Amino acid sequence: MTDLTRRSLVKGGATLGAAAALTGSGLGDWAKAWAQAAPFKAEPKAQLNLMRWKRFVEAEDVQFMKLVAAFEQATGAKITVTNESYDDLQPKASVVANTGQGLDMVWGLYSLPHLFPQKCLDVTDVATYLGKAHGGWAASAEKYGKSGNKWICVPIATTGALINYRISSMEKAGFKEFPKDTAGMLELCKALKKNNTPAGFALGHASGDANGWLHWNLWAFGGNLVDANDKVVINSPETAKALEYCKQLYETFIPGTASWNDSSNNKAFVSGDLHCTNNGISIYVAAKKDRPDIAADMNHAYMPVGPVGKPTELHLSFPILTFNFTKYPNACKAFIAFMLDAANYNPWITAAQGYLSHFLGEYDSNPVWTADPKTTPYRDVSKRTLTPAGLGTLGEKAAAAVADFIVVDMFANYVTGREDLKGAMAGAERQAKRIYR
Amino acid sequence: MVDVASTGMNHRPATGSQRSAWAKLSTSSGWLGFWYMVPAAGILILFLAYPLFLGVWMSFTDTRIGRPGEFVGLENYEWLQDDTVFWLSVFNTLLYTVVASGAKFVIGLYLALLMNHHLPFRSLIRALVLIPFIVPTVLSAIAFWWIFDSQYSIISWSLMKMGLITENINFLGDPNLARACVIFANIWRGVPFIAITLLAGLQTVSPSLYEAATLDGATRWQLFRYVTYPLLTPIIAIVMTFSVLFTFTDFQLIWAMTRGGPVNSTHLMATLSYQRAILSGHLGEGAAIATAMIPFLLAAIMFSWFGLQQRKWQHGGSND
Repeated sequence: MTDLTRRSLVKGGATLGAAAALTGSGLGDWAKAWAQAAPFKAEPKAQLNLMRWKRFVEAEDVQFMKLVAAFEQATGAKITVTNESYDDLQPKASVVANTGQGLDMVWGLYSLPHLFPQKCLDVTDVATYLGKAHGGWAASAEKYGKSGNKWICVPIATTGALINYRISSMEKAGFKEFPKDTAGMLELCKALKKNNTPAGFALGHASGDANGWLHWNLWAFGGNLVDANDKVVINSPETAKALEYCKQLYETFIPGTASWNDSSNNKAFVSGDLHCTNNGISIYVAAKKDRPDIAADMNHAYMPVGPVGKPTELHLSFPILTFNFTKYPNACKAFIAFMLDAANYNPWITAAQGYLSHFLGEYDSNPVWTADPKTTPYRDVSKRTLTPAGLGTLGEKAAAAVADFIVVDMFANYVTGREDLKGAMAGAERQAKRIYR
Repeated sequence: MVDVASTGMNHRPATGSQRSAWAKLSTSSGWLGFWYMVPAAGILILFLAYPLFLGVWMSFTDTRIGRPGEFVGLENYEWLQDDTVFWLSVFNTLLYTVVASGAKFVIGLYLALLMNHHLPFRSLIRALVLIPFIVPTVLSAIAFWWIFDSQYSIISWSLMKMGLITENINFLGDPNLARACVIFANIWRGVPFIAITLLAGLQTVSPSLYEAATLDGATRWQLFRYVTYPLLTPIIAIVMTFSVLFTFTDFQLIWAMTRGGPVNSTHLMATLSYQRAILSGHLGEGAAIATAMIPFLLAAIMFSWFGLQQRKWQHGGSND
């Protein structure tokens, strides 16, 4: 793995210097030199507790722990890493934020830091430094990172929520390439159902998958939870159109999607029962290992464009936050800068095989995005993604609305027939108004 | 006690009035008893009363995670009043509690009566019955989650192999089926507790009462109705109180199996409270939902306590 990483690094060209340092005397010495030169100096004998989301791609985690070890060696700091599943991460982080002890840093999902911005350390200096050093931040990074004028977290990477489809099933349904608009996608899903090779998208409380595609669906038809002034505007004709579309789509799905969590579609796709869904690249990575036949017969595509005429994707971003009650703020800042430094970040996203997409311009040239054309769509997800706040401000309220599954429940209520169109929208409107009061 | 005190007085008549307050206190049994109680009371206050009052207080504030709230009076409750998801969770909780507790009682009593007979391998069977109770809730919930999976359910698979159905049963994706599934899992888990406790109660019933009733010509049903059941009521009252409390406040099973889904049809008040308070950060509103459970719980306790325990001798009177 390491050899491959180094070789691809050299191929990458952009990081020749760092790569030479790596191949010369190993990551440790390079890290020491980095620690001496970096603008953020870790406190002596710093002890950090970091919680991160539990990996979906094993090699990514292995490379991350290497990076942690190199940082420890270089600075004398000790980092204790704990892993929690997507769903358990946020409650644990919230409890720590409330009690003021237990963790120094959390590498979490979506808008987590915005649930308690007043507990986050101001990391504007690190973010500015990184932006300057590595080719600038994608526009979404500023939205994710900033609360008001200061950065309360640093967006590390995004995992793209893109269409995963089986090539042969799509062709059998009469399509040469994956449809680029919502109408085409509906036709495809209808044909897939007819051929008994159904599509399926999560409608349960799946933080990543369900939020991802249902926000896309809402926005693709011009619906929005709130407008630019954070006024609740969900009860609208556009939302109604989005709901109608979703219902038609839902009728073509494999049964059971209302109960799906984030791992359900992975399971169903890799076992060959599901032929089209939205997901990160983890299905492809798992299939390459366990089901090469499926890996060869699958590909990825951007989410189709709806009547609004422009992409409306929501991808799952991973920002890292530092609590302001940490005893070692500089060590935390140094670690963030260390993670995103080319010599660490390049091998890391290479190991992630497309699961982690960068926010910093410099990493466009990482060979992981071109070595396998099937990963290329994931390269630009950080640039394409909107934030869960939609048109509104990404802050406590938007974070609460996502965490309470307002949009997901509205769609699920309507398409499963539990509520009519008006009832579903009114319910979401009331819940949203409660949060955005 | 009186004797000891009076002999003391006889030997040292002068000391009685001269004893210091401390000396009086140190020999006072009431005072001593108070000190023996302090640790237990401290633990109860610290871990039960304080969180309870804090929760109730929080429900009158707009506390969010990481930020202390301000007093907002009944606002949280006013919002809940016309919150359809909240009322759905109240309905779900009542349905869940009534159906699951009822079924657990009937099955538990049946099993207890069965195990009270002279069965072969009786102790082995008793041990087996306890298994669902011993398995950690989360483990059994995950097992049930797999059993009821929409695509890979063993039940759907078997029925399909037998040719009885043509497509997977949508266990956790259909609202009513999902409710049935979580109730089933709760019953499976709760029956042993009731069965074993009732069995213990059954074994305290003196065989001579049955003999006497049989001599009077009682049928099997009359034996149960007029001998077993009345003698069992105190145990039933306690066991059902606990059962209703556990069921009403259930969280783990739901959270591991459905997270309240599909479309909130299995959200209980406990899971909704958690979702609102911890996941979306509205501690005040979550606390209000949790506090709203208290009247229901009190009503349940009152019912089992006074409804099922009305016999006078249980309150120290004579039975007539």
